[in-house]
Amino acid sequence: MCRLKLALAYILCTTLFAQSPKYGLGRTPTPEEVHAMDITPAPDGTGLPEGRGTALEGREVYSRRCARCHGPKGEGGDEPKQAKLVGGRGSLKTAKPLKTAGSYWPYATTIWDYVNRAMPLDHPGTLTHNQVYALTAWILQMNGIAGENDVLDAKTLPLIKMPNRDGFCAGRQAGCRNEANCEGEEGGCEERPLILKHISNR
Amino acid sequence: MAGRSTRRRFLEATGAFSAVLTGCKRSGGPDDEGPRRIGKPLSAYGGRSAFEKSARALPTTKILEVGSSYTPLAELVGTITPSSLHYERHHSGVPVIDPIEHRLLIHGMVDRPLIFTMAELRRFPSVSRICFIECAGNTHLSYGPHEAPTVQVSHGLVSCSEWSGVRLSLLLSEAGVQPGAKWILAEGADACKMQRSIPLEKAMDDIIVAYGQNGEALRPEQGYPLRLVIPGWEGNSNVKWLRRLKLVDQPYMTRDETSKYTDSMPDGTARQFTFVMEAKSVVTFPSGGQKLAGVGSYEITGLAWSGRGRIERVEVSIDGGATWLEASLSEPRLPAALTRFRLPWRWDGRETTVQSRATDESGYVQPTHEALIAVRGANYEYHNNGIRPWKVMADGSVTDVPA
Repeated sequence: MCRLKLALAYILCTTLFAQSPKYGLGRTPTPEEVHAMDITPAPDGTGLPEGRGTALEGREVYSRRCARCHGPKGEGGDEPKQAKLVGGRGSLKTAKPLKTAGSYWPYATTIWDYVNRAMPLDHPGTLTHNQVYALTAWILQMNGIAGENDVLDAKTLPLIKMPNRDGFCAGRQAGCRNEANCEGEEGGCEERPLILKHISNR
Repeated sequence: MAGRSTRRRFLEATGAFSAVLTGCKRSGGPDDEGPRRIGKPLSAYGGRSAFEKSARALPTTKILEVGSSYTPLAELVGTITPSSLHYERHHSGVPVIDPIEHRLLIHGMVDRPLIFTMAELRRFPSVSRICFIECAGNTHLSYGPHEAPTVQVSHGLVSCSEWSGVRLSLLLSEAGVQPGAKWILAEGADACKMQRSIPLEKAMDDIIVAYGQNGEALRPEQGYPLRLVIPGWEGNSNVKWLRRLKLVDQPYMTRDETSKYTDSMPDGTARQFTFVMEAKSVVTFPSGGQKLAGVGSYEITGLAWSGRGRIERVEVSIDGGATWLEASLSEPRLPAALTRFRLPWRWDGRETTVQSRATDESGYVQPTHEALIAVRGANYEYHNNGIRPWKVMADGSVTDVPA
């Protein structure tokens, strides 16, 4: 009983200490400050702002703001290299994988977020939320993932299941040490074992 | 007037000093004879000798706001990369940030959201640590002899600095991390607001919110005024121009952790969140593009590093991998820092292949390029830590060995 009380006191103390600020530096941000910076949606759509757009609307914005680098139909240009937006489905296993939003990106929310924060390359942050929804719809439509009149908004965007959603394995972030000397360690999600025995020449 | 007389006294003193200098003759050749010009005056911020020309290599692309520049590894000595030669990787150019205006926001799953000025961050207990930062794309798998004829381009996306700042764990304890928080979304203040999701576990371990690099403020190209330094983890996660940290319960699947910085396997799937930069080494002399002056004595040297701790051993082969010799290692050997290795060598004038192999304190041994390909396939672009041989030709020229 005494031991239990001690344990409780210990937990209480450590929790209190852990939870109280020690230095008292900085200040509480205003809700407006947080709102202005908190721009990233979660993959489940949490944090997506109001707004809406369709592929048809997106095509018009695209031709004005995006086609110069990404090509009239998303086929890309010489530079920047990654400018290709369309194609590549079924290529990931081949010797020449083509990684596009359609073939590789696992979440539609990521397309929305990246267009919103980083595009166009020379003027990021100049697209309205409606335009970003519309452009996301257009990119999905060019890849055969959305119809041209499908309305994308904070509710419908996260419902889209991208073709390569299940193509990633995240089991290695803290687990297995690469292939070499990997024996006995779990953590990979590969189907075949990735054990590579190093043969020392020493 | 006190100022003027002090100044006069100073001038008199320096005049006397110059007189002593010019009056002081060493015995020597004709160069020492006759009058000499006094050197350059004191200066407020020093620069290197005009004779020194080492420079970062820039890509040949038209757009230079997006891309990488490469550290001239073969021209450096020791283990610290001069700040001016630290490699660059930008996704949206280098922003100009006034530190007076800059803020760091910590919010999300915390008891007390906090916003800090740079001045406030500098009031916290500080830490300094020497560690490397390496781009995950360093030694990109597609880099053959044509694309990367020199060690600068094949391995120049790694640099090593002393970083100073505040432990992220300390800032997080000020904000009070709530149960259920598992990841931190870290975001920069560059034009594209580059962001990555980082496991909370690493933040509680050794991540630094850094404002200093090699004794002074961060360089703009390295994130001025504030960046993350994540010892041993791929460069991209070391978010520069840091403006926001959001505690969240899941990774946010940002562009640079899904479409980029993921590793394609032969079955078409891709590994994600492969943060650690594994043990790696490379010979910087002799290396591609160099030319030996003739037979005789040289020092084989290079750099080794591991995201999993200290370098334990570096072996060098000068016979195409048939036998390996243990190189000496520079001290101190710091965890997740560049370590220089050295091996005296007498070149006999014959064609040969030189390469190095690092072992870290976890026992991990740097694999061969072929061994990596055998397991990962050829679509695995990032995290290439394979052994890199250089071929010394009979005429003394050094080239890459085609894989």
